[in-house]
Amino acid sequence: MEETIVETNFKSEEYFINMGPQHPATHGVLRLLLTIDGEIIKKVEPDLGYIHRSIEKMCERDSYQQIVHLTDRMDYLSSNINNEAVCLAVENALQLEVPDRVKVIRTIIGELTRISSHCLWWGVMGMDVGALTTYFYGFRDREMINDIFEETCGARLTMNYNVPGGLMFDIHPNFIKRVKDFIVHFKTKIPEYDRLLTGNVIFHKRTKGVGVLTKEDAISFGASGPVGRASGYSCDVRKHRPYSALDKVTFNEAIKTDGDTFARYEVRIQEMWESLSIIEQLIDNIPEGEYRVATNAVIKLPKGEFYQRVETARGELGVYIISTGTKNPYRLKFRSPGFSNLSLLNHIAVGGKIGDLVATMATLDLVIPDIDR
Amino acid sequence: MIKALSITKGIHDWLYSSMSENMAYLVEMILIALVYLAIFAIAGLFLVLIERRVAAWFQLRIGPNRVGFQGLLQTMADALKLLSKELTGTEKADKFLYNLAPYFVIITSLMALAVIPFTQDFHAFDINIGILFLIAISSIGVIGILLGGWSSNNKFALIGAMRSGVQTISYELSVGLSLLTMILITGTLQLSEIVEVQKNGWLIVQGHIPAIIAFMIFMIAGTAETNRAPFDMAEAESELGAGFHTEYSGMKFAYFFLAEFINMFIIAAIATTVFFGAWLSPFGITESIPILGVFWFLAKAMILVFLMMWFRWTFPRLRVDQLLTLEWKYLLPLNLMNIVLMALIVWQNLTIQL
Repeated sequence: MEETIVETNFKSEEYFINMGPQHPATHGVLRLLLTIDGEIIKKVEPDLGYIHRSIEKMCERDSYQQIVHLTDRMDYLSSNINNEAVCLAVENALQLEVPDRVKVIRTIIGELTRISSHCLWWGVMGMDVGALTTYFYGFRDREMINDIFEETCGARLTMNYNVPGGLMFDIHPNFIKRVKDFIVHFKTKIPEYDRLLTGNVIFHKRTKGVGVLTKEDAISFGASGPVGRASGYSCDVRKHRPYSALDKVTFNEAIKTDGDTFARYEVRIQEMWESLSIIEQLIDNIPEGEYRVATNAVIKLPKGEFYQRVETARGELGVYIISTGTKNPYRLKFRSPGFSNLSLLNHIAVGGKIGDLVATMATLDLVIPDIDR
Repeated sequence: MIKALSITKGIHDWLYSSMSENMAYLVEMILIALVYLAIFAIAGLFLVLIERRVAAWFQLRIGPNRVGFQGLLQTMADALKLLSKELTGTEKADKFLYNLAPYFVIITSLMALAVIPFTQDFHAFDINIGILFLIAISSIGVIGILLGGWSSNNKFALIGAMRSGVQTISYELSVGLSLLTMILITGTLQLSEIVEVQKNGWLIVQGHIPAIIAFMIFMIAGTAETNRAPFDMAEAESELGAGFHTEYSGMKFAYFFLAEFINMFIIAAIATTVFFGAWLSPFGITESIPILGVFWFLAKAMILVFLMMWFRWTFPRLRVDQLLTLEWKYLLPLNLMNIVLMALIVWQNLTIQL
């Protein structure tokens, strides 16, 4: 152990502490090896693999339709967007044009997923900084989205709604009405979130200037999603490489330049507004048509390499498929946003207090199965 | 020293007539202690229930309402469950201190309860240094927390205990000084006399501006003193798991838990006594029925308890350095200035006498 001598004659000693794998603030089985001097963090070392299920290896075994089902289990909070990523990759490889109806529905459900994920994040964020009530407010609104999903495809979390070539089923007749109801409801609730947490002076003290990430670091660490955008790095895949129906809508990319925990918080709150606006633009104009184009029962991708990126609630998800022309991929790699975002934790948390680490980690919005896969 | 309750006057006379004076005195003290233990247990369980219902109300939930009428027996059932649980602990704990710690916490809060003037006659221990006694006793409680955290031999518990020590020592000052501000008006430390003074108007009215400042400081410092959110550094479940009581289970854990709630009630009771006229009714409307004093006392205390619950369920937690900044850089200087202001007001007879 390294000893540091402070100006007075007191000796302080660094010590080691295990945060996790069972710890309330790590939101899953993440283990952080902390080196602490009193309350001040000297080093954070994430230890991964507690929920590793070899999803990438399993993908090599499975057909492309089956792979879609595995992606739900990665970042389970943006399950539908993960599904979409694989479907888009397969469709692009096959050069299959899906109907407009499918594109619009995929985008609407994707944005609903994003809102639902951010609701959960908001609740948990409040809980991590000690405001327990936020959790229940976030879950109340998330519940409405989950109900819509349940009616649409029978599942609330791991949806499996997308298949290569379109959607598993058509939308439920109530879908449009319920989504509209949700928009009306949620527009009154985001200001409530602001009243409860955003404006709180203790919350400002806890988050402003904490865990600052510069734009250069964000780029070099491969940060994406709200984490990158809070540092002023314009990295929204929806904006730069629009997929599905995202080229038909107008929305602003939420960008802040402070790069601290509060900026990351604000970006996510603003993203909820933007997602609402995207849904509003599309919900009245769902084109008529088929909800699925027929594909072969056994999908064989042409020989080659294919890459598809989408914006999940956590950042950029990349699907990289190497195909040898058989019914299974030769190798499939997911570029998960959580993994890159976690890698910068040591960089931004060192020098802060334990409380800062928890607040910072909350705004990185980690989903551990997404990191471990 | 010990004032027998007027309701129990008969018991008192009977005891003294049937046995020797010393014996009667001893028996009487034991009886009073048992009564207070019962109050302690019932108040603790009731406050836990109130907290859970209030939390549920804030959080769009219903809360416990199944066991007994409106969940009144819920905490009783929980306590029974905790009693029947196995007491697990760590192998490497310092056994003696580890077992001693919960009693430290609970005995101090029980002792503080003894000087609270529930009503004119319902006041077990009316000493002439009442306020000083309360402050002294409440700072012993932290030793229990420190011991618990230290002897558990757990790093998270140790951090929690360390934080709690730092916090309580700091906020002790504010609690003491804000009460001292009010003592400038009363000129006495004895709680019954403090109440007597307030027959000319509650102290928060008598002392107007500095009294209101002192009250706010007292509530902030008192919340910090009891380790409750937004100052729950010692537990900070998202940072330290369960903080200082990580390694405690069963009834030993329940002692810490109960003591926290009793301490909250004690802080509210002190505020009621010193700022809001204790058992005095507003405008003397029920002055003729002294027993209603208990009702007024509890009503005032419960409003303050609710205020503390409101803090807890709506505020995020402060960071440990911000906690100390708040005390040493803001509350303490403000408090000292406030004392000077109060001294000037008392000197110039600017207090409001109704």
